[in-house]
Amino acid sequence: MLFDWFTLVAQLVNFLVLVWLLKRYLYKPILSAIDEREKLIARQLHEAESSKVDANRELEDFQQKNNMLNQQRHELLNNAISEVNAERLKLLEQTRIEVESLRLRLQESLKIEQQNLGSEIIRRTRTEVFAIVRKTLEDLASANLENQIAGVFISRINGLNPDEKELLFSALNHTTGEVSVRSMFDVPLVQQAAIQKALKSNFNIATEIKFETAPQLVCGIELVTNGYKVSWTIEEYLKSLENHIGVLLNEHKELKTEKIT
Amino acid sequence: MRISPDDIVLFEYGFVKLNATIVTTWILMLVMVIGSISITRKLVIGTKISRWQSTLEIIVIGIKNQIEEVGLHKSETYIGFLGTLFLFLFVSNLLTILPVYEPPTSSLSTTAALAISVFFAVPVFNIMEHGILNYLKSYVKPLFIMLPFHIISEFSRTLALAVRLFGNMMSGVMILGILITITPFIFPIVMTAFGLLTGTVQSYIFTILASVFIAAAAHESEKELKN
Repeated sequence: MLFDWFTLVAQLVNFLVLVWLLKRYLYKPILSAIDEREKLIARQLHEAESSKVDANRELEDFQQKNNMLNQQRHELLNNAISEVNAERLKLLEQTRIEVESLRLRLQESLKIEQQNLGSEIIRRTRTEVFAIVRKTLEDLASANLENQIAGVFISRINGLNPDEKELLFSALNHTTGEVSVRSMFDVPLVQQAAIQKALKSNFNIATEIKFETAPQLVCGIELVTNGYKVSWTIEEYLKSLENHIGVLLNEHKELKTEKIT
Repeated sequence: MRISPDDIVLFEYGFVKLNATIVTTWILMLVMVIGSISITRKLVIGTKISRWQSTLEIIVIGIKNQIEEVGLHKSETYIGFLGTLFLFLFVSNLLTILPVYEPPTSSLSTTAALAISVFFAVPVFNIMEHGILNYLKSYVKPLFIMLPFHIISEFSRTLALAVRLFGNMMSGVMILGILITITPFIFPIVMTAFGLLTGTVQSYIFTILASVFIAAAAHESEKELKN
């Protein structure tokens, strides 16, 4: 027989049981898993989309901030350049002033140095001239310089014109203290006596005459009383020499100043 | 000559007869259910899934899409029945490659049971979807006189379904048996391969026909609902 009722019913039941079992253990879990995955993917896509939107927004923010920063950077840079330029000009000006001041000080110092040098030259020149003259006189005329100076001084007193004598006389008479004769060297006693004699004979004075040594006179002798003075020194000759040396020094100074500027 | 595995009786007690058809079906059920449980027990929702899960998903999605293509849009409702129908027939025919195996589908009792299932599934799904009244109305449309023809159509459809599957399965097994007798080498292998193909096609056709019957009835009821 092709057909068996019991088998048919059994297979029907078997099939229905299989339907229930597969529905429970196969289709339901698989379809649920697929649904969950679809939801997960949809959520992830949504998240990715929102992340993209966020990222774009952040990118825009970033670009905006970047532009702002660039602008600020440019502004700061420009300000810094302006400030640096101003500072540079200020420093240059300051340096120029300092250089100018330094130059002036240098010129001043040069001038002082020159003056000092001039003074030193004059002092030495005087000393040397005095020594040379003394030596020359001794060698050529066997004469003493101090004696000669005193002689010249006496000649000058004696050679005063009447007006001058009158003035000197008046001055000597109005002198309350001693009359002093100053010289660079110690006047020998013979010469002191000769000078006293010349003064007394010319002006008839009773006042005592005092002889003083004054190194600043260099080479000379003088009588100073109450605003009147009779003297002989080599000052005039030395002045002329000094003028000559001064011209030379000025030339030297000009050259040096040119080099500095 | 034995033409059905029903004839192989393993146990008999009164009218209860445990034959090869029933036992093979149980084994198939066991294999399918245990396979399903072992795979679905460790289902992964993420994108990195095992190849067994992937295979099962491909099969289930394939069945679901096929059902939807036929016109049954609520495929989740029908997949339990139609999917099981297809998988049972497919696995049953696939195992014909095993020696001494006789598919339960080569028994008319099995194919008739499946056809009866479809016979009842059509109204059951229809009633579930549209209600009993709309379903019954479809029998007297367009005129009341059409009622007997509709009933005959339902029965003949079920019978055709049962006999088609039985005929194909049984004929395959029969041809294989005959060929083994005549030419025991090479040719039966080719025929087994061919049998696999026809079995797969038959299971597909059976399932599609069942889907079409359910879908046709559902559309009829839908038309009623609209009118």
